[in-house]
Amino acid sequence: MDTLEQFREETRQWLLAHAPKSMCTPVRVVDDLCWGGRRAQYPADVKRWLDVMAERGWTAPTWPKQYGGGGLDKAEAKILSQEMAKLGVRAPLVGFGLTMIGPLLLQEGSEDLKRVHLPPIGRGEIRWCQGYSEPGAGSDLAGLQARAVIDGDDFVVTGQKIWTSYADKADWMFLLVRTDPNVRKQAGITFLLMDMTSPGVSVRPILLISGSSPFCETFLDNVRVPRSQVVGQVNGGWAMAKALLGHERTMIADIFKDRAPGNPLLELARRYLPASAARIADPIIRDRITQLDMDAACLDLTLKRSQDSMKAGHKPGPETSMFKYYGTETNMRRRELMLAIAGPQGLGWEGAGFDESELALTRDWLRSRGNSIEGGTSEIQLNIIAKRVLGLPD
Amino acid sequence: MELILNEEQQLLQDTAREFVNKNSSLRRVRTLRDSGDPLGYSRTLWGEMAKLGWLGIIFPEEYGGAGLGYTELMVILEELGRGLLPEPFISNILLAGNAIAIGGSPAQRQAVLPSLISGDLLLALAHQESRSRYNPHDVETQAQKTSSGWRLSGEKVHVLDGFGADRVLVSARTSGATADRAGMTLFLLDVHAPGLSIERQWRIDSRNAAIVRLDDVAAAGDDVLGKVDHGSDILDTVIDRATIGLCAEMLGGMNAALSMTLDYLKTRVQFGVPIGSFQALKHRAAKMYIETELARSAVMAAHKTIDEDSQRVPALASIAKARCSDAFVLISNEAVQMHGGIGMTDEHDIGFFIKRARVAEMTFGTAAYHRNRFAELQGY
Repeated sequence: MDTLEQFREETRQWLLAHAPKSMCTPVRVVDDLCWGGRRAQYPADVKRWLDVMAERGWTAPTWPKQYGGGGLDKAEAKILSQEMAKLGVRAPLVGFGLTMIGPLLLQEGSEDLKRVHLPPIGRGEIRWCQGYSEPGAGSDLAGLQARAVIDGDDFVVTGQKIWTSYADKADWMFLLVRTDPNVRKQAGITFLLMDMTSPGVSVRPILLISGSSPFCETFLDNVRVPRSQVVGQVNGGWAMAKALLGHERTMIADIFKDRAPGNPLLELARRYLPASAARIADPIIRDRITQLDMDAACLDLTLKRSQDSMKAGHKPGPETSMFKYYGTETNMRRRELMLAIAGPQGLGWEGAGFDESELALTRDWLRSRGNSIEGGTSEIQLNIIAKRVLGLPD
Repeated sequence: MELILNEEQQLLQDTAREFVNKNSSLRRVRTLRDSGDPLGYSRTLWGEMAKLGWLGIIFPEEYGGAGLGYTELMVILEELGRGLLPEPFISNILLAGNAIAIGGSPAQRQAVLPSLISGDLLLALAHQESRSRYNPHDVETQAQKTSSGWRLSGEKVHVLDGFGADRVLVSARTSGATADRAGMTLFLLDVHAPGLSIERQWRIDSRNAAIVRLDDVAAAGDDVLGKVDHGSDILDTVIDRATIGLCAEMLGGMNAALSMTLDYLKTRVQFGVPIGSFQALKHRAAKMYIETELARSAVMAAHKTIDEDSQRVPALASIAKARCSDAFVLISNEAVQMHGGIGMTDEHDIGFFIKRARVAEMTFGTAAYHRNRFAELQGY
């Protein structure tokens, strides 16, 4: 206990001494966060905060020191995140390297792969993207067709990936390829790591109905990937993919936790709707706001209950599907409700008669329609719950 | 706040589950109903629960209680709810007993709590009136001051376990207008008092509920619970706690209905396959499951909030009750639908759940009532 308290005090002092003031302000949009990568341009403070934290290994606090992590145990890592929360200091680095491929490499990667790939992730030098979906393999992910054929020391990969988040900004991709077309579809898949600068890789952003392009199409034309870049076994990639999907769904549910201070729905209602005294006059909107507040509270409590039960040593189960499903549905309902409250002021695309916050609300609503599609559709999540939790027959 | 049961609580859960499995099945619920038993529950079983120490869980040790917390009570109530046990926990322990434990004088506590905890004394709380719906402050029953005490006149309905009670706690207006929070007083009356009559009500779940009529009933100054005109302070607290306890019971009920339905989906064959293989039913079953998980979190957090004596009890009571009301209604409706024709028959047990769900939904306020209350608590 004493040593932990000592660690807490030292951590607090260190953070106070090193965190730039501008990094102790809330994040407005995801692009305010530091995603790392060779092509990234940052404000000076963002870079300074990244470097000083990376040097201490605290961009990846629980990773072993030899791979550029902080070597902290769970209790120490919890203290670090608590102290960072107390100071309101931003994460120095985010991205799929830290949350997805890094943890997978620690679990399944060879010593060589860990030594090569983990330290640059921790330093924010390399940004990763995820090559899973294909035009013909969305919900039916195991039906993917991108072919990888052995040629000497390389795999030669040909095919197309789609919905690749931030492929246009990433340096490396972890991807699923078909290495054996003659077996059960799940059994012929391999998990590869690919340098995005390899000849034959081309990327095209996809414009969404919201006007932004977080996703890309990635075309692979005889791309050579060294055989040393396989994670796990050749033809054993499906198990890796599923392990990662669990991480992804938890991450998505977490993203949709409403962290805005106060109650944005109420502030909107106060701005756009008549109120009698403090009471929102429209009883239907008022009831919808309350329902959403309560639903979000129940979701948060359920996430907490799941974390508490894991802390007590229970294994996480397929409940990640529940969080993904309910988190996205709740977020979408929130966006719908915000649009309903803003009324005609929520119809702007750009320009005269709409302010910044109104335009953002509209774009956020449009973007949210994809929440129940990306990362496994709501229908797929319900299938998983029915099968794995409830044991209903195929 | 840790949303997890500790080892002792898990042991208690095992004990409660075993007790329910051994002593009760839906056959007993059916027999109680079919025989028209006016008490609607078993005094013998109530006595056994008393011997296990369940009736005193939340009460101080000096009165024979265990001085434990609400999380322990939750564990028991959930198991009782799973088996639809009709024993009078909510009415005796959470409503009337709690009112006396929280608002009673030392003499009143000493006179009531030990024999309540031993299972010998039966109590009821009569607060609801035919016009008041879910608002406990809306009281037309009058208490007139006299030279020697009070005279009470009025009518209370839906009094949980009022039939067969030995003493009944009644809310009456001592000042102010009909719906004022202030000006309401609680009186502890003997059911044999002249002018007091009790008539059994038969509701869809066939549990014990009653009309309590007060025709110029005399009460002494000592019969007042707490302060004159300040009954709402006591009543609001106990109704919140009883609401949260009822949610634990509802949680057990919705889980039992879901699990019966899942069994049916796996075994009922149509078109040559189990009907549970149809995606239309799978998705609805998955949604029912999610509802039970969200409800469990709300119920657990609400009980823990009482234990931690937090200001947030009213808000959590409303979140839990709104959630459980909607979830239990949805699940019991879907349960009947997924059972198909047999779900509509009296012979099948699933009907007991849809009936209990509706009564529980409308006890202490529906989801809509609690959403409105929550919004008021949050100031919008």
